[in-house]
Amino acid sequence: MSVGTDIPGPHDATVAGPTQAAVRLRPSRHERWLSLWGPPFLVLLAVTGVWYGVSYLLLDVDRRFLLPPPHDVLQVAFLDRYNLADLLDGLWLSTRVAFLGFAVAIVIGVALAIAMSQARWIERSLYPYAVMTQTIPILAMVPLFGLWFGYGFPSRTLVVVIFAIFPIIASTLFGLQSVQREHHDLFTLHGANRFTRLWKLQFPAALPAVFTGLRIAAGLAVIGAIVGDTFFRQGEAGIGILIDRYQSRLQSEQMVAAILLSSLLGIVVFWFFGFLAKRVVGSWHESAGDAGP
Amino acid sequence: MLREMRNPVLTFDGMSKRFADGTVALAGVDLSVASGEFVGVVGPSGCGKSTLLRIVSGLTAASEGKVMVDTDKIGYVFQDPTLLPWRTVQANVELLAELGDLPKQERRRRANEAIELVGLSDFARHHPRALSGGMRMRVSLARSLTLQPELFLFDEPFGALDEITRERLNDELLQLFLTQQFTALFVTHSVTEAVFVSKRVVVMSGRPGRVVGDFPVPFEYPRAPRLRFDEEFAHLAGEVSACLRGERRRPSQPSPPPRPVEGIAHR
Repeated sequence: MSVGTDIPGPHDATVAGPTQAAVRLRPSRHERWLSLWGPPFLVLLAVTGVWYGVSYLLLDVDRRFLLPPPHDVLQVAFLDRYNLADLLDGLWLSTRVAFLGFAVAIVIGVALAIAMSQARWIERSLYPYAVMTQTIPILAMVPLFGLWFGYGFPSRTLVVVIFAIFPIIASTLFGLQSVQREHHDLFTLHGANRFTRLWKLQFPAALPAVFTGLRIAAGLAVIGAIVGDTFFRQGEAGIGILIDRYQSRLQSEQMVAAILLSSLLGIVVFWFFGFLAKRVVGSWHESAGDAGP
Repeated sequence: MLREMRNPVLTFDGMSKRFADGTVALAGVDLSVASGEFVGVVGPSGCGKSTLLRIVSGLTAASEGKVMVDTDKIGYVFQDPTLLPWRTVQANVELLAELGDLPKQERRRRANEAIELVGLSDFARHHPRALSGGMRMRVSLARSLTLQPELFLFDEPFGALDEITRERLNDELLQLFLTQQFTALFVTHSVTEAVFVSKRVVVMSGRPGRVVGDFPVPFEYPRAPRLRFDEEFAHLAGEVSACLRGERRRPSQPSPPPRPVEGIAHR
């Protein structure tokens, strides 16, 4: 019995393969743009549709303040000069707090991770306390920080540091320890000292993991800035204080706008670190962050 | 023509290795490798072949017996090419010279030379992930060559490669052996590979490993790929395999120095 000739043989595959692959790999710019931005845009449309549905179909006029429709939010919060100025000032303050806290968290977090990677006893001594930054009821600590350090910039920054530091420590440490034994052997054989090993082997090897940690931590830093702000309820108004204020005044359009802005900030920093990861480790590491949406 | 007697580069005398957990990896290994020799080491997995190399290189210390290594210019090729993925081929090959604090120009010169030797000049600016397994191994070889080692340790370097690539790399390795003048201790689990590349094949027993056979390989270098299909080659490989299976034991050679064997060409 002859094996059916209609079964595609390797020859067919090689003919069909590259052509199809070429079509798939080289879509036009327009197609690429569409495939990149199309799906998230569709989701945005759907969410806006649901939003309108809730505002107009679920809520009657008296209760529409619970979720004002999108165009009201746009009108009241973004097209009104004074309201917009309040929001942007708050956003600017929260952004500064988030960035400074994040920067401090990176410096301290990476330094702690490097220290832990150098000796087991350091890791054993410090790691439990690093975990504590995650388990500590931070909201309960916030009033204490206020009492200790005041309600200004420093204590808000401190809240951000505590929010953001753990993923940085954990992922950096993981990255530094992920180096294969053979690579260590190679460096040992050629007499590399601790610093050379760290600088030329462990640190570059850790970069992909570090960037993963930074992306997570960046989002947490934004949340930390807003949470700290919300709970201080005093001092210069960041996004958190604004949200609190709008809530008490039932200014729900501005409140929704403030929430939108803060999540936008989170998305922007998340993207930024994805982009940075791609630039720094994309040439050699496959799982480097995707800069797309 | 008789092979000239050369000084041993490496001697084990009743060498044993016991790990902290009590595992005895090597028990009473006697072996000597003369300068310019290419010694293949075969043995069942877990017999301590890799440990043997780690002891020669100084990565691990022997527990008992004597180990004499007469050079500090040792090249070590692992089964994994151990390239640094963030470095280009050029930068990877320069690594060891860099760790040895050689001046930048000298590193570059040696790296270029080594890359040329393994035929990868066109790929110097590529990252390892763009290379095939065989090419990565060539980069790894080139990296070791930059230090002009006198003793080369190979830990199943081609074990993870397909047969065609492996045979091609065997040929290339022998080319390097003939032109670069090093001594080689080549660990492999492939009897054919060991016989093809080596001047002498040493067979180790299962754990705890010791030397149970020592076979001179009477074929001249350079060796043509078709040697693998030669009758005499097959016969020798069969003998080594039998010894490996414990069917026939030949006492290990009282070395150093290695026994003179007729008909072996000098390097």
